[in-house]
Amino acid sequence: MSQKPTFAAIAFGLAIGLTGAANAAWQPAKPIEFIATAGPGGGTDNFARAVQNIITKYKLVEQPIVVVNKAGGSGAEGYTYTKAMAGDPYKVVFGTSNAWNQPMVSKVAYNYTDLTPIAAMVHDEFLLWVKQDAPYQNVQDFLKAVAAKPPGDVKMGGAQSKDTDETLTRMIDKAAKVKFVYIPFKSGAEAAVQLAGGHIDAHVNNPSESIGQWKGSTQRPLCAFSPQRLPDGPKVTATQNWHDIPTCVESGLAIPQFQQPRTVWLPGKVTADQAAFYVDLMKKVQATPEWKEYIERTSQTDTFLTGDAFNKFIKEDIERTRKVAADEGWLISN
Amino acid sequence: MENLEALMHGFGIALSGNHIFLMVIGVLLGILVGVLPGLGAPNGVSLLLPLTFGMQPVSAIILLSSMYWGALFGGSVTSILFNIPGEPSSVATTFDGYPMARDGRPTTALATAFGSAAFGALAGVVLITLAASWVAQVALAFGPPEYFAVYFLAFASFIGMGGSPPIKTLVSLAIGFALAAVGIDTVSGSVRLTMGIDEMVKGVSFVVAVMGLFGIGELMIAVEEEFHVKAISSRVEWREVFRTLVGLPKHGWALLRSAAIGCWMGITPGGPTAASFMSYGIAKRLSPRRANFGKGEPEGIVAPEAADHAAGTSALLPMLSLGIPGSATAAVMMGGLMIWGLNPGPMLFVEQKDFVWGLIASMYLGNVVAVVLVLLTVPIFAALMRVPFFIIAPVIVIICTVGAYSVSNSYLDVMLMMGFGVLGYLFKKLHYPLAPLVLAIVIGDKAEDAFRQSMLMSKGSLGIFFAKPLVTTLILLGAALLLMPTIWRTIGRMMPRSEVKP
Repeated sequence: MSQKPTFAAIAFGLAIGLTGAANAAWQPAKPIEFIATAGPGGGTDNFARAVQNIITKYKLVEQPIVVVNKAGGSGAEGYTYTKAMAGDPYKVVFGTSNAWNQPMVSKVAYNYTDLTPIAAMVHDEFLLWVKQDAPYQNVQDFLKAVAAKPPGDVKMGGAQSKDTDETLTRMIDKAAKVKFVYIPFKSGAEAAVQLAGGHIDAHVNNPSESIGQWKGSTQRPLCAFSPQRLPDGPKVTATQNWHDIPTCVESGLAIPQFQQPRTVWLPGKVTADQAAFYVDLMKKVQATPEWKEYIERTSQTDTFLTGDAFNKFIKEDIERTRKVAADEGWLISN
Repeated sequence: MENLEALMHGFGIALSGNHIFLMVIGVLLGILVGVLPGLGAPNGVSLLLPLTFGMQPVSAIILLSSMYWGALFGGSVTSILFNIPGEPSSVATTFDGYPMARDGRPTTALATAFGSAAFGALAGVVLITLAASWVAQVALAFGPPEYFAVYFLAFASFIGMGGSPPIKTLVSLAIGFALAAVGIDTVSGSVRLTMGIDEMVKGVSFVVAVMGLFGIGELMIAVEEEFHVKAISSRVEWREVFRTLVGLPKHGWALLRSAAIGCWMGITPGGPTAASFMSYGIAKRLSPRRANFGKGEPEGIVAPEAADHAAGTSALLPMLSLGIPGSATAAVMMGGLMIWGLNPGPMLFVEQKDFVWGLIASMYLGNVVAVVLVLLTVPIFAALMRVPFFIIAPVIVIICTVGAYSVSNSYLDVMLMMGFGVLGYLFKKLHYPLAPLVLAIVIGDKAEDAFRQSMLMSKGSLGIFFAKPLVTTLILLGAALLLMPTIWRTIGRMMPRSEVKP
């Protein structure tokens, strides 16, 4: 009998404690796992590790953070794993637009709607590259030469199949009324070496994937798929920096913008508080000088999208990719 | 010799007390992660990477690459003592290393392996020193058709090897190809052979397959046959280590040939795994003691180890000069290079002479440090073989389970590993060869990608494999290796003479 009040007291105390916790902003209470949907050394891995380093350096979170690579299935392994962790706010997954594009074109076991969007923290740029000693001085020369050959004779390399690189290749096909044959490799770095060896004729690598090759004069960019020229900066080669490369529109290839967002997600079914905590955390990361340094080093573009702006971006990107995918017959029947 | 001058300068950079200390630390950590279950060189290097951010790039790469050398040597230890290869490239070492260790000669097996590995690594570094600029150019000549031809050559040199009936080899190979196809296909982007299990999209990991096929499979056989190791004298066998090393030049021809195969496969992008298998296959075919292979023949250890390390070392060069990582570990190190502010690529050799030659010099020193350290540990590791079977057996199960789980923290992998254990047992019982299966799992999907990329380039014509001198030579060489056993047998039949006795 005498125990009853004690139970009541505990129950009362718990109730107060719980309401109290719900009112205060959520804070992580155990180690956090960052899941990079790419192998060590790739763009997505560098992105996740850059965020981790900044958080650790400024002690933005009390808890330790570990980065794990789940690169299998072109990233599908990481997303599928995160989907299975629904409701767990200690798993943060880092990826690209493949979060929503991959489910459109291959039968993977997740969709981006299974995840909670946090932010798109940076945009990687795309450029059109040709071999250093190719006779083309600008995009027009190159496309004219492509058009003069039988369809499928000119080889465009890229990373993965039916992902951004191939989508962009098909957009170039359309815009310039040509037909490239697309050769998928495991990574952009591999495509860059194949171009240096003259086994393919062009590729659409990100700046960081080909900067070493450009410096070494094995290949050069013709134009950038961005609305304005890339920011001014130190010279990459003896005479040029990124800003010296014209935009594609400027040089007569009507693709005004094609960029690769680097995205951050939580699993599904987390609370609004938990999501808000990570949005806030990523904003703090973005405000540091180290983040600026990371963006400059990799020649990406600083654009922080979250909330409605991020959702709108996803919708538009899906629209655009779906069009290309439908034309090419890539869409899987759901 | 401009390169030799640069190398001397590199030695000047690498030969400081601080750097030697880093090498010793790196090698010791490397041996540790190489021997411990489920860690492996890529993970070890990832763990160390954050510590290097404050260092000079030269010091950082010396620490990381020393760890890599240590892990390579450490990986051979588990292959030989427990039949559990830690890296794909040390699978071929188990074929003769493990039987020899079981036969009561673990010290000889380990010392042979380390000695030949050191020789291979040295051959690799010498090649890099003398032909740095030339080597970088060779790798550029390799497009998809050439890649395919190199893989074809590796398969061909191994398949024609004999030992088991060709049809059994073919079955084993086909199963390996099917396993390599699981997951997302690079060329079409579609999901294949996941059997409705969502997680299978990541594909079958090599580590999971090998832990089961070799570790668990062998254990089941051992239990059935009432396994016991022959009595090993309890004296610490320094003399045996010494005698083995002094006896190595006996295998001089095999060492040279294997190192040459290794260097060649390292520069052309075949890689260490293809190199070690190919070298083993060729050694078996050319050796007068052919019948003894698979039962603890020293040359069966010399060949794969020398080739593996020669390829692993010479493959570092294309990585630095082209920016393509040849292995998971190399990928992590490249990530490090970028963080230290260096861009791997053709300009690295021009802009960062100190870094590149410091690294190359440290490869000489790091390998010497690694060999001395591992040879010192041989008697300790060999003593592990004296532990009774009823203790070792559960430890092997634990090693395999932890190893499989830690690949991607997944219970599915543990289940798969057990399944592979049963498969390995059945293969052994029914006398199917395991090696073609493993080779197909490791390089099967790469060979497939290269073939289909070639077909895209040629619009479906096989003529692309005979379009250029390089690719044609490789393909013809492969075909010759494939048909050689048949030809030899025919010749043998025409000239009925007794073969050389083993």
